[in-house]
Amino acid sequence: MEETGWFLALLLMVIKSVVLLVVLLIFIAYILYADRKIWAAVQLRRGPNVVGPWGLFQSFADMLKFVFKEPVIPDGSNKGVFLLAPFVMGLLSLAAWAVIPVAEGWAIADINVGILYVLAISSLSVYGVIMGGWASNSKYPFLSALRAAAQMISYEVSIGFVIITVLLCVGSLNLTDIVRAQDNGWGILGWYWLPLFPMFVIFFISALAETNRPPFDLAEAESELVAGFMVEYSSTPYMLFMLAEYVAIITMCALMTILFLGGWLSPIPFPPFTWVPGVIWFVLKVCAVFFMFAMVKAFVPRYRYDQLMRLGWKVFLPISLAMVVLVAAVLQITGWGAEMAQ
Amino acid sequence: MIAALFFYLFSAVLIASAFLVITSRNPVHSVLFLILAFFNAAGLFLLLGAEFLAMLLVVVYVGAVAVLFLFVVMMLDVDFAEFKQGFMRYLPVGGAIGAIVLLELVLVVGGWRVDAASLANVASPAPPAMSNTLALGRVLYTQYAYLFIAAGMVLLTAMIGAIILTLHHKVGIKRQDVAAQNARTPKDAVELRKKSFRQGV
Repeated sequence: MEETGWFLALLLMVIKSVVLLVVLLIFIAYILYADRKIWAAVQLRRGPNVVGPWGLFQSFADMLKFVFKEPVIPDGSNKGVFLLAPFVMGLLSLAAWAVIPVAEGWAIADINVGILYVLAISSLSVYGVIMGGWASNSKYPFLSALRAAAQMISYEVSIGFVIITVLLCVGSLNLTDIVRAQDNGWGILGWYWLPLFPMFVIFFISALAETNRPPFDLAEAESELVAGFMVEYSSTPYMLFMLAEYVAIITMCALMTILFLGGWLSPIPFPPFTWVPGVIWFVLKVCAVFFMFAMVKAFVPRYRYDQLMRLGWKVFLPISLAMVVLVAAVLQITGWGAEMAQ
Repeated sequence: MIAALFFYLFSAVLIASAFLVITSRNPVHSVLFLILAFFNAAGLFLLLGAEFLAMLLVVVYVGAVAVLFLFVVMMLDVDFAEFKQGFMRYLPVGGAIGAIVLLELVLVVGGWRVDAASLANVASPAPPAMSNTLALGRVLYTQYAYLFIAAGMVLLTAMIGAIILTLHHKVGIKRQDVAAQNARTPKDAVELRKKSFRQGV
């Protein structure tokens, strides 16, 4: 009896995971398309418009092209690590989605330390970059791996502090609790982006740096490093890197949505709007945040490496540290927040 | 049964990867196996219900410490031929030290008796209806607050020491002074002059 119950639970978990993965990957295909279209529109180009109506099937055509090409493994590379790197990166970026609640109760694993899990997984994606860069046994990938390692560690620190300020207000590490804590009857004005606005900005910029998006794409700066750690990759391994990059971006968008933009909550807290299913609000908010990511890519020039380090360590770290102290002091004095901590 | 299965899986991979850390020829592979070992240790923490510790192990050790290890190790220019040179000469001394340490470990662990009274304290469970993050915070920030602050002070001292040891202010290098740049106005930087045509500046 107990055996079958366990088996059913596992089966349900597997089905849920597969559904989430399929939806997520299709979503990623259109996010990629949207990224290219937005970029094109800013530069007064048309963007992808040939495959399918308005170019809607472009991402799938690209995917097929990658899969059918020949994977080239350089002779001097460390073959095991070389092939492991894209695999690790793809796996880790998708693993973060196991805990993200896309609507009330719609998380595959609603664990107590959800936010820490996401932080841990996203901090691991640097390994894909380092391993790929090192195993290629080539100059540009190696330089890129070193840059990526330093950059991601630097910005993780400020992301950690931003998350701490939100956690101080919520009193729980559970992602569902974080969203519920923002449900205070004020709608869009009650979410954390308003009271914690400086942290919202810092988190957004750090998220750009953490995911190697322009203007912080020093790890793959094509004008200096050709394509960074991906220079030696081709075919499916390259596609895995590309996919992992976009999944990581969407994860960051989802994290911003949950931490600052009220997750699945309706922005206007009365009936006609609260009848809309939470997952629709969630997807809309993720798309809105992604639109900002895409616009930044389109019109901000790339940072110089020392400026990037300065911004991370000398600007964001002190500001976020000061905000942690400030928020903690305000909460202690006024007694706000921390309803979730019983 | 499932928990036992995972316990043996994590433990076996943990021990195997820990063994590979010290036996792999390539230091980068060693660090990668070390990361695998950390992961499996985190899995063991999860099985014990210590999810906060598990996540912290991954965030701190795998996400930061091991990245720095990898960073350093990747930049080492290891000459394997040089490594093997003089292997036979050092073997007797190294082997003797290894044997003594092994013997000591066997004697110590072999003679280890766990007091029955202390066994009751080993896994003192968190109060019911309290997540273990909360329970840990209560203990750390109230009961042991002074010790916690003292530990923080020690770390701060170590950090400042490390910075002072490695900070060299080289003279004669052109540095970017961001504050000075931002303080510049068009008035300081741009000069407008009225010149008559075909006269030059």
